[in-house]
Amino acid sequence: PRPDPTLHTTKTGGVIFVQDNRISIWSVGDLGNVGLNGEYQGEPQLLCDIRHNGDVMDMQFLDQERIVVASSTGTVTVFHHHQNNQTLSANQRWEKAHSHVDQDTSCGGAACTGVICNNPEIVTVGEDGRINLFRADQKDAVRTIDNADSSTLHAVTFLRTTEILTVNSIGQLKIWDLRQQRNEPSQIFSLTGDRVPLHCVDRHPNQQHVVATGGQDGMLSVWDIRQGTMPVSLLNAHEAEMWEVHFHPSNPDHLFTCSEDGSLWHWDTSTDVAEKPSFLHQGGRSTTYFSHNTINQSVVSAWLSNDPTKDRMEITNLIPNQTLSVNSLDILGPCLVYGTDAEAIYVNRQLFA
Amino acid sequence: TPLQRMSPSTTWRLIYLQVFEARKEIRETGYYTAIKSVNPSRVFVVRKDQDIYIQTLRKLFNESHGIFIGLQRSEEELAGKSRKAQLVQVSKNYRSVIRACMEDMHQAASKFVSILSAMELIWNLCEILFVEAAAAGPLLLRLLDWVRLHVCDVDNMVREVLSSENPSKHELFWNVVDVFVLQGRMDEARHLLAKEASANPTSVNMYKTLDDLMKKMPVPSLGNTQTLTEMELKWQHWHEECQRYLQDGTFASNSHMESICKILLGDEDAILEKKELLATWYQFLVTRLLYSHPTVKPMELRFYAQSSMDLFLGGESSPEPLDTILMAAFEFEMHQVIKECSIALSNWWFVAHLTDLLDHCKLLQSHNLYFGSNMREFLLLEYASGLFSHHSLWQLGVDYFDHCPEYGRVYLELHIERIPLNTEQKALKVLRICEQRQMHEQVRSICKIMAMKALRNNRLGSALSWSIRAKDAAFATLISDRFLKDYCERGCFSDLDLIDNLGPSMLLSDRLTFLGKYREFHRLYGEKRFSEAAKLLLMLMTAHIAPCSFWMTLLTDALPLLEQKEVIFSAEQTYELMRCLEDLTAGKSDKQKFQDDDVETMKVEMLRLALARNLARVIVKEGTLEGS
Repeated sequence: PRPDPTLHTTKTGGVIFVQDNRISIWSVGDLGNVGLNGEYQGEPQLLCDIRHNGDVMDMQFLDQERIVVASSTGTVTVFHHHQNNQTLSANQRWEKAHSHVDQDTSCGGAACTGVICNNPEIVTVGEDGRINLFRADQKDAVRTIDNADSSTLHAVTFLRTTEILTVNSIGQLKIWDLRQQRNEPSQIFSLTGDRVPLHCVDRHPNQQHVVATGGQDGMLSVWDIRQGTMPVSLLNAHEAEMWEVHFHPSNPDHLFTCSEDGSLWHWDTSTDVAEKPSFLHQGGRSTTYFSHNTINQSVVSAWLSNDPTKDRMEITNLIPNQTLSVNSLDILGPCLVYGTDAEAIYVNRQLFA
Repeated sequence: TPLQRMSPSTTWRLIYLQVFEARKEIRETGYYTAIKSVNPSRVFVVRKDQDIYIQTLRKLFNESHGIFIGLQRSEEELAGKSRKAQLVQVSKNYRSVIRACMEDMHQAASKFVSILSAMELIWNLCEILFVEAAAAGPLLLRLLDWVRLHVCDVDNMVREVLSSENPSKHELFWNVVDVFVLQGRMDEARHLLAKEASANPTSVNMYKTLDDLMKKMPVPSLGNTQTLTEMELKWQHWHEECQRYLQDGTFASNSHMESICKILLGDEDAILEKKELLATWYQFLVTRLLYSHPTVKPMELRFYAQSSMDLFLGGESSPEPLDTILMAAFEFEMHQVIKECSIALSNWWFVAHLTDLLDHCKLLQSHNLYFGSNMREFLLLEYASGLFSHHSLWQLGVDYFDHCPEYGRVYLELHIERIPLNTEQKALKVLRICEQRQMHEQVRSICKIMAMKALRNNRLGSALSWSIRAKDAAFATLISDRFLKDYCERGCFSDLDLIDNLGPSMLLSDRLTFLGKYREFHRLYGEKRFSEAAKLLLMLMTAHIAPCSFWMTLLTDALPLLEQKEVIFSAEQTYELMRCLEDLTAGKSDKQKFQDDDVETMKVEMLRLALARNLARVIVKEGTLEGS
């Protein structure tokens, strides 16, 4: 096995793939170690894997070594990746973190659909409309909001350290303040028109009021949560469910969405071509490269502008021969990783070449 | 036993358990049947052989799915050479997937490696004979490559000799030289012989002659540098030259070299002497062809193949399934090949994809089976059906059904409803597939199942979301009734986040509209916007949005509005209210009136009183001139 470090960051892991209900960790080599032509030599190497009970619905790195996984059985598990001997072990488990309330009359289990981490806090949401707040190494949930939503919660992300955003299957975006004891959202946003279910949500890394969501009709909605209760722009994107939306963590004028229709779109609102940033350094917390310089200021209006055609936005489908659904994607630096229903994982290491 | 006709390729294992109280869980997927006999509970559990779902085969299925789709979508307009080249490339792609899987499986089960190896062998031959349809000349070269690729029994020996310090002194030296000659690897043979030559200076002349002969041997060329006749002529001359040297006794002193010369002349006995080095009859066949009929025509193959097999096996052993299949290919009996493969291999993957490819090459006549669909479609349907019993490979099956014009749709409709929907995400994927193919029945059915599940789990928002997806007005009505029932029982609404934010989906069903509007009424009242609330309340009844059963509740809700200090309802509105009340009470039969308890009658009385009072006040108010 090669001594290449695994590709992961403290925020989101680019290299955890699910294969036949296993959690696997792969090495895709050094980020900076590209050959003369920029071509990466070799395939991703499987480092270790472990069985997982139920489908993996979502997962996130908690820190450099721990991964939180949401299961279709409603269980939330924390796995520990031991880097010295390349093994995985289940560290902690919250069984039935998500389940239907009345066990006697309930019909089937409730999957845990989304998980987000901000070490040591872990927030999960599920088909039972429940929100859980866990703390790593604490046996019981710190807080549980039962019936937070009458429909399924599809995804969750942090807005600020004490606030979260959730999206549900009746087209609502909700802000929850975890400091408050009441079990009501502090704000509710709705789609205009048909209440199409929302499947994914992501917040702009620098502009905290800019939020993007993806819906069942493949539409990308961008919201300004400082004002109004409706999205600022609606962009007709995919032909089927949009499963995930991600702002690029260090270069947020780039957005990525993937869909059931088998496509993965790269949304590029960067206006100045000459100023393309260089990404040939290790990933990690190094998001200070683009701190509040001119790039971001012009970008704010780009995402929130009502007319995306005015500000130049380039949209590219990164998949040439699409067949089956792209279920999940992640990005770090110049590296894009995505997985499809054809049981294949793709790694693109020169995203901005 | 009354078991159904089994597909010939799936193997069934009968496992019978003696169970006293049979409480086994029957899995919902797969083909499970329990046949209980009269005698002490014996449950026969019939299980499908699990080999199809081995881990590595999934890679085969997934990758070949991509190739299959690509082939179906490929340009049909390309004609002649370019189309053939395209089809050959597809065939090569399939084979490379098989080889990739072989490499993956190397560490694991060797049984499967040999099955894959056999598959690749057969496919490769079919590619040469059918897809590429190699003509005389190139045909031999292709067959030589084919044999070299697959007969690797001798590789270890070759490696051993080549890597030894003094190859020419190795005991297996001549074996290796023979192997090279038998496989037509002239350069390598000459290279080894040169080593021997330098060690034995006395026989230098002999070596030179043999080396010369081997160098000069004419082989068919791939390009158009010579015609077949030219090559045949050259070959004839060369053959005669070899003959002369043999008869002159040039090689008489060295038996090894003499036998090589005989091989070069195509002497069957000489070749057969090297049986262990040949390993298989088809290797023998190709060697024979190389040295006796290098310009063999495709249609002549069958004769040489049959005789080769007979000579090689010599009546000692009978042909194995693989041999039968290869023979059928040499005889250009495509249907026979497919049939034999179906029997020999335990899953449909191979025959389905191969037949599809051959069909695209326009090589299969529509061979009508008794239920009318053709062979290609039959095999694809069987393969895809097998995929559907797997919890995630079913998605591949969908695309295969799509490309079965006659029965694909029906099969899909039947299979897709039986996929277990253990998460909402899976249900959404299934729904998307159904919607894309206008399978409205299935959409309705799946949404109803999901909505019902949600309702049972008290997830009213989810239930509504599913009804909206299916545009199922009846279910939306059901959900609204649930809400209203809750309200009546508890006096307040549950799930306000849902009801307050219905948006245009409110129009899906009248009951849902009513629910939304009713909630709006409560909101308006809470915000003290009384006249708007009043108007809305009245509209709910007069426009018949409210169900009759709810009218009493609505009228009771009107009471506080009637009792307000300022007059809210106009005269017109009051008359409307009174009419509504009368409609309501008139509708009741005498018996019902008798059964009404005191509360009910009192309510009606109070309403009548309040309405009358309101009417009185409003008549006065409306009759009064402003400012006077």
